[in-house]
Amino acid sequence: MVSGMSSAPAGVAGALRRANRWGVLEILLWILAVAAWFFLPEQHLILAEIVNFAILALSLDLILGYAGIVSLGQSAMYGVGAYAAGLFSAHVTGEPLSGLLVGGLAGAAVAFLTGFLLLRGADLTRLMVTLGVAAVFMEIANQADWLTGGADGLQGVETAPLFGLFEFDIFGRTAYAYSLGVLFVLIVVARIVLASPFGYSLRAIRDNPLRASAVGIPVNPRLIAIYTLGGAYAGIAGALFTQTQMFVSLDALSFQKSADGLMILTIGGTGYLYGGVVGALVYKLIQDVLSNLTPQYWQFWIGLLLVAFVLIGRERPRALVRAVSIRLARLFAGKAASRRVAEEKP
Amino acid sequence: MRLKAFAMGGIAAIALIAATGAGLAADAVKVGVVIPLTGGFQSNGRQISAALKTFVATHGETAGGKQVEFIVKDDASTPDNALRLAQELVTKDHVSVLAGFGNTPTALSVAQLSKRARVPQVVMVAATSAIMDASPYMLRTSWTIPQMANIIGEWAAKNGTKKFVTIVSDYGPGADAEVWFKKALEANGGTVTAQLKVPLANPDFAPFLQRAADEKPEALFVFVPTGAGAAFMKQFVERGLDKSGIKVIAAADVTDDDLVNNMGDPAIGVITGGPYSASHDSPENKAFVEAFKKENDGMRPNMVAVAAYDALDLIYKTLDKTGGDATGDVFVEAAKGMKLDSPRGPISIDPETRDIVQNIYMRKVERVNGELYNTEFETIEAVKDPAHAAK
Repeated sequence: MVSGMSSAPAGVAGALRRANRWGVLEILLWILAVAAWFFLPEQHLILAEIVNFAILALSLDLILGYAGIVSLGQSAMYGVGAYAAGLFSAHVTGEPLSGLLVGGLAGAAVAFLTGFLLLRGADLTRLMVTLGVAAVFMEIANQADWLTGGADGLQGVETAPLFGLFEFDIFGRTAYAYSLGVLFVLIVVARIVLASPFGYSLRAIRDNPLRASAVGIPVNPRLIAIYTLGGAYAGIAGALFTQTQMFVSLDALSFQKSADGLMILTIGGTGYLYGGVVGALVYKLIQDVLSNLTPQYWQFWIGLLLVAFVLIGRERPRALVRAVSIRLARLFAGKAASRRVAEEKP
Repeated sequence: MRLKAFAMGGIAAIALIAATGAGLAADAVKVGVVIPLTGGFQSNGRQISAALKTFVATHGETAGGKQVEFIVKDDASTPDNALRLAQELVTKDHVSVLAGFGNTPTALSVAQLSKRARVPQVVMVAATSAIMDASPYMLRTSWTIPQMANIIGEWAAKNGTKKFVTIVSDYGPGADAEVWFKKALEANGGTVTAQLKVPLANPDFAPFLQRAADEKPEALFVFVPTGAGAAFMKQFVERGLDKSGIKVIAAADVTDDDLVNNMGDPAIGVITGGPYSASHDSPENKAFVEAFKKENDGMRPNMVAVAAYDALDLIYKTLDKTGGDATGDVFVEAAKGMKLDSPRGPISIDPETRDIVQNIYMRKVERVNGELYNTEFETIEAVKDPAHAAK
C-alpha cells in the first residue's frame, strides 16, 4: 500500500533501518533483566509485577506514544483480558500459553469494537469515551457475579505448569521468567510493526492527522488498527496477571489500573517502547520502599513525588536514557554508532 | 539530570538492600498482618492496628516460648494488593501466619496462597460464609453475616414484629443479610413486603426510605457497611420516619461502636443484633476497653477491634499449645476447637468449619453516662454460622 518505500533513495531507507537497530542500552537492559532472575531470587515477585505493569504501559505507549490516542480506559482491555484468561483457565484448561492468546484476543475484540467511538472526537472526547467504556465494563463485571464472582473476585483459577514442565511457584520464579519472555516477544513484535510503513504512518497521524490524510494515509482505519493492537497487548498483560496471581478481581478493571498505566508511561516517557519498563521499575520500587517505611502514609509521599516529578520535567528520564545510550554507543562502536542513536530522535 | 539519576539509583539500591537484608531470627514466629490502612475500609484497619497495639502491650511479645514478631502491611482495601503483599510476606519475610483482611475480597484473594503455601490465614473481619471453604488453612475470629441476620430475623418474629421491609447495600454481604434475615423471619411467621437494595457507593437513602414508608411495615431491617449507618439514620429522621412508628432493626454494623456516639439522638432505640458491644458487662471487657483506650488516646473499640484482639489471642494460645510450632497443618489442627474468653464473651473455633462460634446479642441504643452505647438485653448463646450448619 505504501509503495513509496521501495522507490525512496537508498540513504533514507538505510537511515530508517539503522534507526531501528538494537541499541547497546537496550541489549544491556535485557541482559540485566535476565541476570536478575539468577541473582535476585528474593525479588522475583516484584520483578514479575514490574514486567506486568511494563506491558500494560507498553500497550498504552503503542496508542499514545505512536498514534497520539489519549486514553484513560486501558483497564477495560486489561480487565477483560484478565477475566477471559481466568474463565478460560477455570472452565477449559489451565495451559498458560493458550490462556494468554485468549486474553489477547479478548482485549483486541474489546478495543476493536470500542475503537470506533474514538473516531468521534479529539483528545478530551477520547478521554471521556475511554473512561466511560472502562466504567461500563467494570459495572458489568460487578453485576454479573454468577460469571465473574462480582466484588469477591473470580475463584478457581489454576494455571498449569508452563510447557507442562515449570510449575508456577509462590516465589514467582516461573512467573518472572514467563512474564519476561512475554514482554520480550511483545517488544520484538512492536518493533517490527513500528518499523514498517504502517508504523511510520502512525507517527505521521500523531504529528498531524490532517496532513497525514492529505498524503493519502487512511487515518481512521489506521487508528482502529493500532488501538486494536494496543488492546491485544493490554489483554495479554491482564491475562499474564491472572495466570501468575491465579486470581482476578474487579481491581483489574478499575480506573486505578488505567491511571497506573498512564502514570508509569509518563514517568518513563512515551514513544520509545521502553518507557513502560523504565517507568514501572522506578514507580514500583519507590512504591515498595515507601509503603514499607510508612504503611499508613505512603500514598501521600507517592503523590508528592509525582507532583515534584512532573514539575521538574517529565521529559528527563527519556533524555537521560538517550544520553546514556549515546555515550554507551560511542564507547562500544565509535562515532558511526553515535550518529545512529542520535537519529533515533523523532 | 545526573543528580536525579543518582537519586533514583540510590532509592533502587536501598530497596534491594532493605528487601534482601531482612534477616531471619531462628526463634521468632513472624506474623504478617495485611490490613486496609487506606482506601474504603480504612476504619477497619485503624481498629485492627489499635487492637494489635493493645494486645502487644497487655500480652507481651512471646508465645509458646518464642518471640512473636508482627509485620504490618497496608493493602489499600484492594484484593490485588493484599495478595501481592501476602506473597511477599510468605516468600521474603518468611512469615508463618497471615492475619488481618478487612473485607471479603482481600481474604478470598489470599486464600489460594494460604492453600498452596500451607500458611494459616486468620481472618479478622471479612464476614462472608464462603471464605472458609476457600482454604483449609483458614481460621476466623470475626463473625458471619448469616450468623447475625438469622438471629435477628428469628428474634423479631418471636417478639411480635412481623411485617418488614428490608434495606441492604447492593453487594455480597448485603445479599447474604437479606436472604438469611428473610429465611429466619418467614420460618417464624413473619413477612417481608419489599426488598430494597441501595447502591454501595455514595448511597442516597431518600428514595428507598420513601418507598419503604409507602409499604407501611412495622419495621425496617437494615444492613449497610460500617460508615453508611450514620447517613442512613440521618435521612431516616429527616424523612420523619422516626415519628411514623416504623422501627429500625439492624445488623450490628449500622450502629457500630465507632460511629454510634456521633449519630446523636436519632439512633436511640434502634435495635441491632451483633457479636460485641463496648458496653458488654464482663470483667474481661472492662479490662480490654480500659487498656484499649489507654493505648489509643481514648478511642472506643468496636467489633472489628475485638475480633482482631481475639485473632491475636488465638494465635498466641495456639502457639502455646504447639510449643511455638507454626507449621500450617500443626497450627490449624491445634487451633480447631480452641476456646477463648473474649471481651465479647466465650467464643470457640468450630473444629469442623474452623469458623467462629459465639454469642449473638440483641442490643438497643441507649444513652449511658452521656454517651451512646448499644446496650445488650438478650443473649443467644453459642451461635454457629447457619450457612455452614445448613450444608
